[in-house]
Amino acid sequence: MYLYGPVITGRDEMHIRALELAHEGKDVPGEIRGSAIFHCGPIMRKTENGWSVVAAGPTTSARMNKLEAEFIERFGIRAVIGKGGMSPEVAEAMKENGCVYLAATGGAAISLAEGLARCTGVEWEDLGMAEAMWKFQTQRFGPLIVAIDTEGNSLYDKVNESLKRRIACGTRHPRPAGRGR
Amino acid sequence: MSTIKLPETVDQVVVNLLRLANTKLPMDIGWALEAAAGWETGEIASTQLGAIMENVKKAEHLGFPMCQDTGIPVFYVRGRFDSSIGKQIAEGVRRATEEIPLRPNTVDPITRENQGTNLGPGMPIVHYMPTDDPFTEITVLPKGAGSENMTRLAMLNPADGIEGVKRFVIDSVLNAGGRPCPPSIVGVGIGGTSDVCAAMAKEALLVPIDEENPDKALASLEEELFMKLNESGLGPMGLGGQTTVLGVRIKKACCHTASLPVCVNIGCWATRRASARISEDGVKYSQGVRF
Repeated sequence: MYLYGPVITGRDEMHIRALELAHEGKDVPGEIRGSAIFHCGPIMRKTENGWSVVAAGPTTSARMNKLEAEFIERFGIRAVIGKGGMSPEVAEAMKENGCVYLAATGGAAISLAEGLARCTGVEWEDLGMAEAMWKFQTQRFGPLIVAIDTEGNSLYDKVNESLKRRIACGTRHPRPAGRGR
Repeated sequence: MSTIKLPETVDQVVVNLLRLANTKLPMDIGWALEAAAGWETGEIASTQLGAIMENVKKAEHLGFPMCQDTGIPVFYVRGRFDSSIGKQIAEGVRRATEEIPLRPNTVDPITRENQGTNLGPGMPIVHYMPTDDPFTEITVLPKGAGSENMTRLAMLNPADGIEGVKRFVIDSVLNAGGRPCPPSIVGVGIGGTSDVCAAMAKEALLVPIDEENPDKALASLEEELFMKLNESGLGPMGLGGQTTVLGVRIKKACCHTASLPVCVNIGCWATRRASARISEDGVKYSQGVRF
């Protein structure tokens, strides 16, 4: 599937800051509420009219496992876009809050950047380029795979359960004949 | 012994190397991806491989980094050089970060402060190997965190044997799941001490995946692990499929009789590498030079 509409980026530091502010009862940027959040630290370039995106692929979502369930619940997140999947706790939060996990192709940073058609702003630039919260208007952003659905079904779990972990039997140290330890 | 008179400044060579590595996938990996796309039958897996190959073409065409994680710059310097080369490499990294551009990735591990230059204490990482060769060879391996974070070291017991080594490699790759951006290249170090073992596992990623391992025992171990991992079903991005790894590369060193160190360093599908050999004849670039 492909996505059209607004998307924000957020990694470890952005999650931490948003949750900290919320805990203190302070405001967070309005775009966070009800958003599609993309686990991504893009390469951005400053232009005359603002910012343009150079490369923007997904980062490993599992790093946000401890933060995401509360983040989804608190801010009513509708879609999380990333790579590698998330923990059962996050999948549960997705189920309860009607949120999906969309897998983007890791490393496909140029193709995905094309889908981030327009950068509409940035928050928390002090966190650094990778960790700041970038705001985009997307146009045919993808391809994305629904890897955790609103029922909490995870494609990663399905793959993981069917993994073959065989190794050949009967292999031992090849030892030169006649040499003991 | 005199040092080599360089036809181009080292910092310029480093900018060129980082640009080459980040914008153009080494040919051996490109071929392996194409082969994988040929044998994959699953729809999701094929979509992932298609998206990867399309992205590689676009990055090369536009001259932009193929992945936004332009990594931590890891360098290997071999041949003749003097003590100033480290500073010149650092200057090349600073310039490349601005000029290509690269994402500023390096932060202080305690304060998490990012200086925006990809420099700072300990950066860039440079491994030196002085030789009498009539050239200076600089290799860069920009290492992204998704794959680097999946590095695993085990100090096995000698009684665990080769079977234990295989088990550890397979478990390390499968437990990493989709996080290191498979189809990956698996670098393995066997032997040495813990630090040497980890260094070998990373250096193994510099060996082109279509090159035969001259050590017959290691070659057969590479082949066996390659088959087993691709039979696992993990697939591209961990979403299922027949292509989990594009190659397995193993290096070994002797170790203590009471030790059996094994380290696994996973390279994502975008295992980027580039080398420059600087001699009196000029600078030659390559993306498949062994260190």
